[in-house]
Amino acid sequence: MAAIETEQASPNAPASDLTRVGYNVYRDPEIYARERERVFMGRCWNFLCLDCEIPNPGDYKTTHVGDVPVIVARDETGTIRAMENRCAHRGSQVCLEKFGNAKRLTCVYHAWSYDLRGKLVGVAFRNGVKGEGGMPPEFDPARHGLRTLAVEVFHGLVFASFHQGLPSVEEDLGPEITARVRRVFNRPVTVLGYTTQVLRNNWKLYVENVKDSYHASILHLFFTTFKLNRLSQKGGIIVDESGGHHVSYSMIDRDAAAPEPGERTRADKDGFRLADPSLLQGRDEFGDGVTLQILTVFPNFVIQQIQNALAVRQVIPRGPEETELRWTHFGFADDDAELLGARLKQSNMVGPAGYISLEDGAVGALVQRAITGAGDQESVMMMGGSDAASTTSRATETSVRGFWKAYRARMDP
Amino acid sequence: MAGPSDAQIRAVARLNIEYAHCIDDDALERWPDFFLPEGLYRITTAENQSRGLPIGIIHAAGQAMMRDRVLSLREANIYEPQRYRHILSEPLVHLEPGGALRSRTGFMTARITSGAETMLFATGVYEDIVVKRGGVWRFAEKIVVLDSDRVDTLLALPL
Repeated sequence: MAAIETEQASPNAPASDLTRVGYNVYRDPEIYARERERVFMGRCWNFLCLDCEIPNPGDYKTTHVGDVPVIVARDETGTIRAMENRCAHRGSQVCLEKFGNAKRLTCVYHAWSYDLRGKLVGVAFRNGVKGEGGMPPEFDPARHGLRTLAVEVFHGLVFASFHQGLPSVEEDLGPEITARVRRVFNRPVTVLGYTTQVLRNNWKLYVENVKDSYHASILHLFFTTFKLNRLSQKGGIIVDESGGHHVSYSMIDRDAAAPEPGERTRADKDGFRLADPSLLQGRDEFGDGVTLQILTVFPNFVIQQIQNALAVRQVIPRGPEETELRWTHFGFADDDAELLGARLKQSNMVGPAGYISLEDGAVGALVQRAITGAGDQESVMMMGGSDAASTTSRATETSVRGFWKAYRARMDP
Repeated sequence: MAGPSDAQIRAVARLNIEYAHCIDDDALERWPDFFLPEGLYRITTAENQSRGLPIGIIHAAGQAMMRDRVLSLREANIYEPQRYRHILSEPLVHLEPGGALRSRTGFMTARITSGAETMLFATGVYEDIVVKRGGVWRFAEKIVVLDSDRVDTLLALPL
């Protein structure tokens, strides 16, 4: 018994050890609240929307920074603004719809209204009724606007931060990640569809899953069966200096030898072939042979290119043990009918019913349920070493370790 | 302009009832047979429909893609064992000039996952085009329009 305790109840590893993560980070309400303050509302660029979603002056979209409701709007000059979706008067949600167009944002509760920069421009009954009531003379509307966020539009992606004075998005991402964002967002995009998945797990379990290239060919058998993501493919993982951003990419190695011994998985069944292989037919639209590029921006943003299936994903916390995964599928404004057709078919690979993403919706919940009794125990991520460096191997957990490096830099500075 | 006959309305209702039972009885291998070989099956959301956005949740153009979906569910994809129970409304049927029937059928689907509670998984409407070919009524098109844009955990079985 004593031996087992020594084995299992090891004291929590120091924060510098990226190969260990205590399970309490996925459950503890106090940690969840601290994440809101130090991660999402701290020194981070948060993805809000694509700028093509609010093309005209007055267009707005409601979204979240972490679990904090925000409005992203295009003002009358065409500049994109972001502000907290919380009335400065009594705290009611100001905008209720997901999308809208307005000159003024008016709270339904007491009709306080704001311009598209969040400035308070109207207070109902400010001067009272028949000379009675009303706001006192010292009431200064300039002090009661919506709380605004810093905004940067980067290659059509709208980012915002509650923290003013951050380095630019490009500086934050670093040159290698920036180049991989540019690679996809190289011309005007157009939204092709939205889906939201409710995940029964902590938000970080999904972010880790996206960064985890180790599981891809093991959990997702559809992918492996059709030779889309073998570990023997050419490719690699880039992790930025902070650890928080990453790119995982692969390209079909047409000269690749037969699978190495030990690489065979459950999916290597004879005779499992698509009756309609047009599902996977597409085009090398970026001209570099890269068939898969998954890019994450700390803390919770994903850009996906799986062949011609393009999407951005927002991972929105909804309490310690629930998450919304919001997919925005997109193409380019100049897509021809054939390419659009390929995107429609390939969209079957992703989303809540995606052949290769379906399992990701459930695997986080399997962890969430199982860690109930984990106490102060820790998960282990030693695959591919103990650091968070870039690598050409995909049999690694380097970018997951990178996430914890960036996370701890904010949570436990 | 003549409307659909009572027999046509009954045929559409009957086709949808058999379709729903096929899924609820886990006879997924027969599910593509409810469609024409070139039939279209999509699942999307009311939001995408109203905004005219083409990508939803499932897009199967033709029976072959539907058979691939079933094969993948049976052989490749990993998800917790689950069943559905569909409750359908009566169809609202319109007769198209070419003789096809366009119908709307409301549905509610409970998901029964082993080891978990039964939940109301989806509500929405089937927007169908139903035709009679070779004496058999089948779907030329079935668009499943979900009322909500949220899907719990994952969508494995067809709706």
